Amino acid sequence: MSLALRNVLLGASLLGMLGGVLGSFALLRRQSLLSDSVAHASLPGVVLAFVLTGSKDPLALLLGALAAGVAGALFILLVTRQSRIREDSAFGIVLSVFFGVGIVLLTWVQRSPGGNQTGLDRFLFGQAATLMASDLRLMALFGVPALLLVFLLFKEFKLLSFDRGFAASLGRPVRALEMLLTALLVLVVVLGLQTVGIILMVATLVAPAAAARQWTDDLALMVPLAGLIGGVSGAVGALASHVLPQMPTGPAIVLVATAAFVLSLLAAPRRGLVGELLRRRGVSLRIRRENLLKDLYSEGEAAGGGRVAVPLARLLARRDMPRRCLRRALRSLTGAGLVERTPLGLRLSPAGEVAAAGVVRKHRLWETYLSRFLELDGDHVHRDAEDMEHVLGDDEVAALEERLGHPTVDPHGEPIPPRGAP
Amino acid sequence: MNPDATAGALPADGAEPAVEIHDLTVTYRTKPVLWDLDASLPAGHLVAIVGPNGAGKSTLLKAALGLVPRNTGWVKIFGRPYEKQRRLVGYVPQRESVDWDFPTSALDVVTMGLYGGLGWLRRPGRRERATAAACLEKVGMADFAGRQISQLSGGQQQRVFLARALAQDARLYFMDEPFAGVDATTERAILELLQTLRAEGRTVVAVHHDLQTVAGYFDHVVLLNMRLVAAGPVATTFTDENLQRTYGGRLTVLSQAAEALTRQKPFARDRAS
Repeated sequence: MSLALRNVLLGASLLGMLGGVLGSFALLRRQSLLSDSVAHASLPGVVLAFVLTGSKDPLALLLGALAAGVAGALFILLVTRQSRIREDSAFGIVLSVFFGVGIVLLTWVQRSPGGNQTGLDRFLFGQAATLMASDLRLMALFGVPALLLVFLLFKEFKLLSFDRGFAASLGRPVRALEMLLTALLVLVVVLGLQTVGIILMVATLVAPAAAARQWTDDLALMVPLAGLIGGVSGAVGALASHVLPQMPTGPAIVLVATAAFVLSLLAAPRRGLVGELLRRRGVSLRIRRENLLKDLYSEGEAAGGGRVAVPLARLLARRDMPRRCLRRALRSLTGAGLVERTPLGLRLSPAGEVAAAGVVRKHRLWETYLSRFLELDGDHVHRDAEDMEHVLGDDEVAALEERLGHPTVDPHGEPIPPRGAP
Repeated sequence: MNPDATAGALPADGAEPAVEIHDLTVTYRTKPVLWDLDASLPAGHLVAIVGPNGAGKSTLLKAALGLVPRNTGWVKIFGRPYEKQRRLVGYVPQRESVDWDFPTSALDVVTMGLYGGLGWLRRPGRRERATAAACLEKVGMADFAGRQISQLSGGQQQRVFLARALAQDARLYFMDEPFAGVDATTERAILELLQTLRAEGRTVVAVHHDLQTVAGYFDHVVLLNMRLVAAGPVATTFTDENLQRTYGGRLTVLSQAAEALTRQKPFARDRAS
């Protein structure tokens, strides 16, 4: 590996890590927009620092960025405290005004003689390939202590982010802690400008943190996980930009981090969309199965009791259900041995009859409860019981039955099957 | 709560009041919220702070805790400024004041009650977690220790907050609407808890919104409507006449004056711009 590539990889992964760690707190404290505004606000600082010092010394440019970024942040604070302008408007104003001024200055500098040699435009989209050993040292000099500080003060930052008032009541200097956390965030933004660029900096803060949040409910895991996702995104993105000619680093890093986020959004076990979809499908399948069992049971009741064979068409007529869903639910029921296929149609198996009686029991008990305790008329209670029969657990049913004094008929005069009986 | 290392179990009827408030005025921006408040809350009692919306009930708690700046006056906790008595005071903020989707567990939230004693750099260890678990047990939430807090019902969340306050092992508790929006089970659990705290000689000062239950749940009451209307034992203070003075006739001279002060600021700004 060449020395240049090593610099790029180290720099980008350190930056991604910093972004993930501090981005986690920014995400939870709803400061994502603040970091975006600060990043954009830093552009005029970079250009002015170049004009004033006439050099491309990274420290000078970053100090310029820092000064302008902090000015932007303070301006937001001032505007929201002292005027009736809301925070989101203040973010928008600072972001666009500072960035606009920065672009004007940048254009002016680049049009001046020899100006297009400045390479200042790399601050817009980031160019990790320009990272030199001196840049890397600068990143490490500020970035490593920042990580250490978050590690040491983790408990305090957690308390502050979750319950500021309680933290203050314990005597914690919440203002100072908030300012420290915000200062660290600004520091990361400024350190990342050269690598990721002003425009996309916010994504390196938000995407890894949001991705990590999907996988864990514990901040002590979320923060390091976000750091890991950020670090890997940084390394992979930098590598891609190194291999593909003309590919700026910022977008490459952001694309990788976003891919991690989208994957987490879909696939995370509890909060993921795929899991949610499967759970929902599972619930609707269970409801359809229970409805079919109940329908077969009532057909038997109507025929004078016992298990009778019911043609498929008759089942379809009873319920407004797509044929495809009905078949799927039936396959699931026959597979479980609860329903049998006979030449005359479908029939409950002995086990299926017990299961069906259980559903009917819940339905009729709930109807009885509604009409007796809420004094609803008989014709009001059926629809509600249609829902509750799929929701009530065994404990709730037992409590309900106790409360009702073990009734044997529902408000319509239909028998309530006893527990465990077909 | 650790029974043998407690600061709380002192005799209830010391002559010294738990909270003493003198000439307290608090304003938000220019709008006055509390005006010239004097009150003395006795130790070892359950004290309800009662008053209409915007009467400054929460603000009174926050001013006592130093969470909002005081314009004038002082608050003393057991005879000394709050800053020197923090370790004697526990706080239960309003449930809505935090983001319950925060990535943390019930046990973890309760452990935060011990941060005051842990200092800045030490992390909670096995002992702290055991204490926190015991506090969860006391509010009937032992089974939910590992649960992410967004998966708890409103009443369960409130009980987690109370368990955190128990972990603080305080002599004086400030609670902001502990009974707001909770289920019947939680309401009973909180009530039992308050009575236990009082039996242990601790003091609870709670913002309370349900007039029906003031007399049943508390023994002292502070009636508040920007200024102090009345304070004292429920039996003698929680009278129809005092309630009428607290709630009746919202547009008193005082609140009209407050409105006038609030309106003035935008005018001044218009002229300047």
